[in-house]
Amino acid sequence: MFDMDPVLMSRLLTTMTLLFHIIFATLGVGVPLFISIAEFIGIRKKDPHYLMMARRWARGFVITVAIGVVTGTAIGLQLSLLWPNFMQVAGNVISLPLFMEVFAFFFEAIFLGIYLYTWDRFKNQMIHWAFSLPVVIGGGMSAVFITTVNAFMNTPEGFTTGQDGFVTINPIQAMLNPATPTKVFHVLASSYVTVAAILATIAAFSLLKKKSSEYHKKALKLTMMATFIFAILTAIAGDMSAKFLAKEQPEKLAAAEWHFQTEEGADLILFGWLNEQDMPVGAIRLPGLLSFLAHGDFSSEVTGLEEIPEDERPPLWIHYMFDLMVSIGMALVLIPLLYLILMKTKKWNEHHKWMLRLIVLGGPLAMLSIEFGWIYAEEGRQPWILRGL
Amino acid sequence: MTYEIIGITVLWLFLYGYVIVASIDFGAGFFSYYAKKTKKDHIINQLISRYLSPVWEVTNVFFVFFFVGIVGFFPDTAFYYGTALLVPGSIAIILLAIRGSFYAFESYGSKQSNVYMFLYGATGLLIPASLSTALTLSEGGFITETNGEITMNYLKLFTSPYSWSVVFLAIVSVLYISATFLTFYASRANDTEALKLVRKYALFWGTPTIIAALTTFIALGQHNQRHYDRMLDLWWVFGLSMGFFMISLGLIYIGKYYGLAFISVMLQFFFAFFGYGASHLPYILDPYITIYENATHQSTGIALIIVFIAGLFLLVPSLILLMKLFLFNADYVKGKK
Repeated sequence: MFDMDPVLMSRLLTTMTLLFHIIFATLGVGVPLFISIAEFIGIRKKDPHYLMMARRWARGFVITVAIGVVTGTAIGLQLSLLWPNFMQVAGNVISLPLFMEVFAFFFEAIFLGIYLYTWDRFKNQMIHWAFSLPVVIGGGMSAVFITTVNAFMNTPEGFTTGQDGFVTINPIQAMLNPATPTKVFHVLASSYVTVAAILATIAAFSLLKKKSSEYHKKALKLTMMATFIFAILTAIAGDMSAKFLAKEQPEKLAAAEWHFQTEEGADLILFGWLNEQDMPVGAIRLPGLLSFLAHGDFSSEVTGLEEIPEDERPPLWIHYMFDLMVSIGMALVLIPLLYLILMKTKKWNEHHKWMLRLIVLGGPLAMLSIEFGWIYAEEGRQPWILRGL
Repeated sequence: MTYEIIGITVLWLFLYGYVIVASIDFGAGFFSYYAKKTKKDHIINQLISRYLSPVWEVTNVFFVFFFVGIVGFFPDTAFYYGTALLVPGSIAIILLAIRGSFYAFESYGSKQSNVYMFLYGATGLLIPASLSTALTLSEGGFITETNGEITMNYLKLFTSPYSWSVVFLAIVSVLYISATFLTFYASRANDTEALKLVRKYALFWGTPTIIAALTTFIALGQHNQRHYDRMLDLWWVFGLSMGFFMISLGLIYIGKYYGLAFISVMLQFFFAFFGYGASHLPYILDPYITIYENATHQSTGIALIIVFIAGLFLLVPSLILLMKLFLFNADYVKGKK
């Protein structure tokens, strides 16, 4: 154990901190939006249930923020402490978005403090509600800025290199690299869907335990509808990401899909395993679908792993990460859809035991999906840290 | 002014901001533990938590801001300090984590555990002690580079009188800044009981602060002659700092104008901090990193400064709003809201 090499140790440590941090980062981005929505509905409808919802979520949120702040601080320090060489090189380029991220976070922190401690201080409740907006925006913007860093690591742009490192740098162009738009969209949408699903889990869990309560039913309805909307948006964003990968990072898509030969009308392979000849066995094959996923056309050509030099291929196990992420994403569309159908149909009861149990599963699954997606995004970039450098 | 100078000034300003707000926070942690031990916690703990609860998060961000900024402006700092500070840095992370969790669970209003109070008080002193090590290292002599390999001489660090005097200075400064702030805050809240107690703390910690400052100064003379001489060139800055110290201690002693007294403390540390910083230049790490040779590319540097100025337009009004709501709102301070 102790004679592991420091690079591996550093990677493990960073991975663990990140895996942990990402949970709280996701909550930090998403929860304020729902607090804000609940308070807004509560004020407009003069419904104390929604106001209580906002308060309770806000209280729980404080704890996650505290942990998020600490793990975030740790990540910041770790980047410098464990990867000094990387920071020395990349610091020239990615410092701008990191700097902006801290600003966004600063902004969020100030208004979160105000929001949490001024519940009954204003006659006009809307003033208090307005303080939630900077928190929502700040949280969203931190996610945007930090995602540009990750996007840059995938498709580095905006600089020229010479003998000893960078010669010219255009930090704005580096931030707005090709991977940025799809990644930002995907990250934001999936954060919101995950938080909606988790809040729904809490509501459904309470309903299962304490039978029926008006408060939890309202919470469930609100979060289920949000899950549905954001799950669809996430799926659209995911689709855009796949098309982007096909164009800019074919090896990442190919490894995720176990797509070895470049061919037209490529099949989509779901799960399964690889035999000795690296042929997928026991998988579900969906004819032509990979082509459609990659280029929006069932007969288009998709680049296979064979075209990528062997030492630049990402590890193949990310296939599972990718498939799990997508499956859970699909489930997150279907669960609320089922709930909404049950709700709209008069004869059926949307608070049936099994429906609620399904919803309870949704939250943890969504969080797992975030972790799978993140592992896929990071491992899919291997062996590079900065792709192509 | 070159962009390197602007960059380091901005960062130094943020570090100064962190020193002030974090000192209040760290010191308050220690005082509330001390008050609990001496059975006086009912007098001041209410006061302390009213101020700290809304602002502790902002405190942390000042720090993150500083180190993200310094790695941004001067990427080589990550390489040198990152390697050398692995151990003390990790300790600081753990301590910050303990402190963060205290705030998280304290805000839930569950029963206060003695262990947590102890950790809260202890981290208040240990974090400044471990963070101040970075300043000690910056004087050079502890970190050496041989063929691109960074090594840190721990034995030398732990046996150096300079290193210990810095730790001592950091701790007493934290307590002095915090006590003077709490004195001001208690007087605003018209809380005479608490005022009497924290004023006593402030008077007690005043003298050690100056003794520690002088000790550190002398120890620096033995450690880094160049820096010492440069500081003597800037003697008037430290003179101003001394002057403001006298004013603050005097005002607290006569028991009037506590607000002015705290501003004097802020100015005392402002001059000392900038005097120290200015004489430290051009080195960030003596003798390996200077602000000129190791700065980031000009385009990134300028972009950072532009973002910084734009960000200030956003942050300064927000901070003022925060202070208006919690610090200068008499009703809130008195606990009526």
